[in-house]
Amino acid sequence: MKAETNLQKILARGEFAVTCEYNPPRGTDVDSVRRNAAQLKGKVDAVNVNDNTNARVRMSSWALSRILLDVGIEPILQMVTRDRNRIALQSDLLGASALGIQNVLCLTGDHPSKGDHPEAKGVFDIDAIQWISAVKQIRDQGLLMNGKDISGNPKLFIGAVANPFVQSVELHVIRLQKKVGAGAEFIQTQPVLDMERFKTWLGEAAQRGLTDKCFIIAGVIALSSVAMAQHLRSNVPGMMIPDTIMDRLGAQPEDRQLEEGVNICVECIEALKQVKGVKGVHIMAIGCEENIPEIIEKAKLLPRPDLS
Amino acid sequence: MIIGEHKPIRELLAMIDGYNNILMVGCKGCVTVCNAGGSKEVAILAAALRIARRKQDKPVTIDEFTLDRQCEPEFISWLEDPVEKNKYDAIVSLACSIGPQYIAEAFETMVALPGLNTSFMGGTVEHGIWEEYCAACGSCVIHNFGGLCPITRCAKGLLNGPCGGSVDGRCEINEDIDCVWELIYRRMQKLGQVHRLEESIGAKDWSTSLSGGPRRIIREDLTV
Repeated sequence: MKAETNLQKILARGEFAVTCEYNPPRGTDVDSVRRNAAQLKGKVDAVNVNDNTNARVRMSSWALSRILLDVGIEPILQMVTRDRNRIALQSDLLGASALGIQNVLCLTGDHPSKGDHPEAKGVFDIDAIQWISAVKQIRDQGLLMNGKDISGNPKLFIGAVANPFVQSVELHVIRLQKKVGAGAEFIQTQPVLDMERFKTWLGEAAQRGLTDKCFIIAGVIALSSVAMAQHLRSNVPGMMIPDTIMDRLGAQPEDRQLEEGVNICVECIEALKQVKGVKGVHIMAIGCEENIPEIIEKAKLLPRPDLS
Repeated sequence: MIIGEHKPIRELLAMIDGYNNILMVGCKGCVTVCNAGGSKEVAILAAALRIARRKQDKPVTIDEFTLDRQCEPEFISWLEDPVEKNKYDAIVSLACSIGPQYIAEAFETMVALPGLNTSFMGGTVEHGIWEEYCAACGSCVIHNFGGLCPITRCAKGLLNGPCGGSVDGRCEINEDIDCVWELIYRRMQKLGQVHRLEESIGAKDWSTSLSGGPRRIIREDLTV
C-alpha cells in the first residue's frame, strides 16, 4: 500500500519539500540524539537517517529512525545494499515497517574500501535498482523477492538517489530512468553547487519524462570551512565542489567561513526554488548540523506546511 | 588464466620454519605465463630462501622440481618417486592453490604449503601488469554489456549502470581503475546499442557462484 507520509503528502500537493540528513551516532547515546533532533522539529518535512554512510559504522538506521519517530520527526530510512544480502534487507524492511517507518531510500552505498573497516567483505548481492523493485513488490503485491507472500500491508514511500555531476550524463540518466521504472517515487540528488551542470542533467531527465514521473529533491550543502570542503572533495565519492566555491570560502577569514558556507547554501536553495522540475531541497550540513534551522529560515522555507 | 604472485619472503620463511628438507614444486601452466611459478621462479625463490635460512643459522635443503601442470592428479603423481627417495619434511607449491591442495590429497602425511597467493582470473594488460576479468560467477551475462563484465570489473558488481561515485570515468575506490560502466557505455555507443542499457537487469542468481557452495561439473559424455 502506498504510504501517506508527511513527505509524500507535501510533494503530492506541490509544496516545496525540505529534508535534511541525520547521521546516527557511533555509539548508543540516544539522549544527545533526542536533543540534537529536537531542533529539526517543525523545520523540515522529513529527515534522512544514514545507513553507515561512507561505510563507517554507526547505529543502525532503522533503530535511529524509530527513535526519531518517538520524538515526532518523520524519518527517511536509508538502506544500502552494500552490507546486507537480499535476505537481511527484506527482513530489516519488514521490521522497519512494523516499527512504523514508511519512507525508505534505496541506495547501493559507498564501497567498504572507503570506510572505517576497509578489510570488510562487500556484500552487493543486489544493486539499488533491484532493491527498489523488491521494495515495490513487497509493498504492492505483498510478495518477497522469491514470490512468497507476507502478512500485513507495509505502507512505503520509495526513494532513491542520483548524482547529476558525472562524466556521461546520458548513462547516469538511464540509470535514473531504471530507478524510477523500478518504483522510485522521489529522488534526492548529490549537493548542487554547479547550477549549469545540474540543469544539463535535469534537462536530460526531463527529456525522458522523469521529472513528471518522480519528485526530484535537489541536494544542497552547507560547507563549514575550506578544510571541510577539501576533506569532502577528496574523501566522499561523487562529491563535486567547484573551484569557484572553494575560492569564495577561502576569501573569508577562518572564523567567517561557516557564515559564508551558510550564505552559499541559502543562495543555492533560492536558485533551486526557481528551477522547473525541482520539487524540494535536501540539506546536508556535515559538521554544522546545528545551522540547519538557520539555513531554512534564511531561505524563507518556514513555516512548514502542516498536513497532519 | 589464473594470475598469482609470490608470497612475501618473510611469510614464506615463517611457513617453512622448522622444516629442513623441502621440495619446491613449480607449475608450467598459468603461473609460468604470469612469471610467478615456473621453473625460473622456483630457482630464484629457492635460492632466496636458502640464503635467508643460512643467515638465520638454520640452513635448509630445498630441491626444485617443476610439473607440466599441478591441476591434474596425474602430473602430481610424478612427485611420488622423489618424495619417496628424499624423505622431505614439506612441499612448497608454486602453483595456484589447486597445486598444494592436490599435493595434500596425494600425500597423506606430507605438509603441503602454498608458495603463491592465487590472485584472480585475468590477463596481461602489458608486460608486468595483469588485471582481473572474470569472477567465475558460473553464469555469464557479458553479452548484455557489450562483452565486458561489470560483476568483476565494477567494484560493486553493479548490473544496472554506474554508481554515483564514478567520477571522470574512474572508479570511486581507486582513480587508477576505469569505471567499467563508462567502458560499457562507450562500447555500446560504438555498437549502436545504448538503448539496450535501458533494460533493467533483475537480481542475479548467485547459486551458480561460490555462494552456492563448492562447485562441480559432471559431463556424462566424458565420464567412464
